[in-house]
Amino acid sequence: MIETPSAGLDPDLALELRQHEVDGRLHSFDSSFDSDRRTFLKTLGGGILVCLTVPSALAQESGRAGITRELPQDLASWLHVGEDGRITAFTGKVEFGQNIRTSLAQQIAEELHVDVGAIDLVMGDTDRCPWDAGTFGSRTTPTMGPQLRKMAAIARTLLVNLAAQRWGTDRSRLTAEAGRVRNPETGASLSYGELSKGQNLVKTSAADVPLTPAPEWKVAGTPVPKANGRDFVTGRHVYTSDLTRPGLLHGLVLRRPSFKATLASVDKDAAEKLPGVTVVRDGDFLGVAAPDRETASRAATAIKATWNEVPGQPSNQTLFAFLRKNAVSGEQGSATGSVDEAMASADVKLERTYTVEYIAHVPLETRAAVAEWTGDKLTVWTGSQRPFAVRDELADAFHIPGDKVRVIVPDTGSGYGGKHAGDAAVEAARLAKAAGKPVKVTWSREEELTWAYFRPAGVLDVKSGARRDGTLTAWEFHNYNSGPAAIGTPYAVANQRIQFHPVPSPLRQGSYRGLAATANHFARETHMDELAHALSLDPLAFRLKNITDARLKAVFEAAAAKFEWGKRKSTKERGFGIAGGTDKGGYLATCVDVEIDGKTRRMRIRRVVAAFECGAVVNPNGLRNQIEGAIVQSIGGALFEAVRFENGRILNARLSQYRVPRFADAPEIEIVVLNRKDLPSAGAGETPIVGLAPAVGNAIFAATGVRLRGLPLVPQGIPG
Amino acid sequence: MSALTLDVNGAKHPVDTAPEESLLSVLRERLSLTGTKYGCGEGQCGACTVLLDGRPVRSCRTKASEAAGRKIVTIEGLASGDRLHPVQAAFLDAEAFQCGFCTPGMIVSVAALLSAKPAPSAEDIASALGGNVCRCGTYPRIVTAVTQAARAMRKG
Repeated sequence: MIETPSAGLDPDLALELRQHEVDGRLHSFDSSFDSDRRTFLKTLGGGILVCLTVPSALAQESGRAGITRELPQDLASWLHVGEDGRITAFTGKVEFGQNIRTSLAQQIAEELHVDVGAIDLVMGDTDRCPWDAGTFGSRTTPTMGPQLRKMAAIARTLLVNLAAQRWGTDRSRLTAEAGRVRNPETGASLSYGELSKGQNLVKTSAADVPLTPAPEWKVAGTPVPKANGRDFVTGRHVYTSDLTRPGLLHGLVLRRPSFKATLASVDKDAAEKLPGVTVVRDGDFLGVAAPDRETASRAATAIKATWNEVPGQPSNQTLFAFLRKNAVSGEQGSATGSVDEAMASADVKLERTYTVEYIAHVPLETRAAVAEWTGDKLTVWTGSQRPFAVRDELADAFHIPGDKVRVIVPDTGSGYGGKHAGDAAVEAARLAKAAGKPVKVTWSREEELTWAYFRPAGVLDVKSGARRDGTLTAWEFHNYNSGPAAIGTPYAVANQRIQFHPVPSPLRQGSYRGLAATANHFARETHMDELAHALSLDPLAFRLKNITDARLKAVFEAAAAKFEWGKRKSTKERGFGIAGGTDKGGYLATCVDVEIDGKTRRMRIRRVVAAFECGAVVNPNGLRNQIEGAIVQSIGGALFEAVRFENGRILNARLSQYRVPRFADAPEIEIVVLNRKDLPSAGAGETPIVGLAPAVGNAIFAATGVRLRGLPLVPQGIPG
Repeated sequence: MSALTLDVNGAKHPVDTAPEESLLSVLRERLSLTGTKYGCGEGQCGACTVLLDGRPVRSCRTKASEAAGRKIVTIEGLASGDRLHPVQAAFLDAEAFQCGFCTPGMIVSVAALLSAKPAPSAEDIASALGGNVCRCGTYPRIVTAVTQAARAMRKG
């Protein structure tokens, strides 16, 4: 585990952050980089030798001392009103396709009373933006949204005050609309730019700034088109992998033949003779930089390396037994009532195990970074969801203070939780340091499918008891390895025991869209379906009977109504399934209609109806896009995606071997959005992903009587 | 290195290429046309799609030398000045993308489809675009965009 500097963080954030950590770092260098430090320090004169005796860990800490991990509350850190009236806002959040560049701008425009087009967002630049833990956990909408709204509301107040001073009038007589402060009585008006003159507005925010309530929104709450949309359809948008710098070299890393292998010997003479080629061996890191990709590739081929491999590593065949056996003691969990007593008196009892394989994120833009050293300062452009964490990772790797590192995140070709670690950034920076020129590293798809990290695999044991009338009385739930997100049941059960059992994962694992909420919903909602059938109750009626949460009930009812649940009975060729739940402030119910070919045992999802509620909707079109996308993406993990591995090697590290959803897999999708303007906005990038897998499994059972308890459900069609 | 002349988006570009160098590499690295993307290197994702004499090809699997003397059109060459190609306009209007990384390859593939088949069915679309991956899952929106673009192009 990477040690997270969580001291002083908000406890909710610290807990969330732990679930998003990535297991281990790919690289640690032998080089102390002392020679550089010595050169640098020599220029400072006497007393330097004392500094050199400081242990590197302390040096890092002292380097970090000036870096704050809290949100600044001064306006100038967040907003700038230019002389031309353009508003620049700064946020450490990053745009990966989830459309927050647009939705955050809408919220700022709403409170500042300007056109949304007047706002430029500077995102994910560690030198220019306030510290941020990272873009994960559906936190942008519930936390960054209100933060920027608050700053915008304060800025508007200050601008009105400036105008009141200028005109010598009372501020209550003035209005602020469309980027201008007006005095309706005199007809005078001044633009925000004329008022600010481009100077920083100084104000430390108070907590009690009134924000515009959602029912009164004019810009937020509307389907504003995606910011810079035109750049994406013309190919003009510059992703990290498209960036260039003067003198840029191309870097390649020579990868280990299998996980945990160590470098035994290297013959790099032939490679170093190639024109402009730099070869770096540092610990087990081996890489090249060359003026162009072709030369880098030739240099990599010319290097002769031997490796010591570690035999006997787990495979898919041994995975689930491994997870159960290697659970770390010290269970994390909660309990209410007595599960054992409730089980003893239950009319119907059930005990089942569910499994989930590792899956890969497969962001279409593979990991990439461009690194450039200017003196002792390092600048890295990279598509990371956690720019500030990558800054810390680089500072650690090169033993330099964090304020000597700048990380800039261009809007990136997706991540889905897969781009938290700074591996490519560290690689590019190491090569650039040796070559003395900027270096770009772009991972190949094979590297991406091998050396990134995966969504955790898991084993889930569920035990339950119910009365004959369908009242749930006992619920016991154990999750081995996949994670604690949404592990609690949203159903009302008096007697519960719920535990997460961490395991040292055989494969490198980390965050993924929705985290373990998918695995936990799959196990829970499949099990609820099994219980419903055991009780001879309709799966929807059984759920509704045990739901007390009105928001959850509302989405189940909305999805069922749109789907016309219960109108048709499942047949051998057509199955209907339902599942739902809640996580990260979002409520979801999903109904699916599947078609099964009796001869080939292949299935196809014909139609999906999803009802989703996440409080007040900020951008209805963006929200629908996220829900649709989550449903399509979830088809992969539900039906066929799985990382195959054996003895430290990935066996399907190509897109021709690792199947992702394609056009023909996409069903008809109908979405019901319940817009609760009376509730705070929650994030929506993740939770819509959790319902499909159990709903499909339940539909397959309804049609065939075959109960599938492992994800992916049907990599080879339906058994039997 | 060997010298080639490539006709890209209506302009002739003399380039020095390594033997076996892919068209994708030449477009991105030597001509700075970075709208065409690398996604998998084995012709499985469609992010690198360009038109070669009007037909869609995977530029990662096409040698630059094979493209010499033929008309290459990339995403940068579809719009006429400030006027978007109808397929680009339809993608923008339907917001048929999220991260946008697959979008250039999608749009080029759709442009090829619509010039061959002005009124494609849903099955035609799924089949013509079966080799293009959108990991964000915007397929339903892309189908909408294709239908919109087809209608706009038939009207002229």
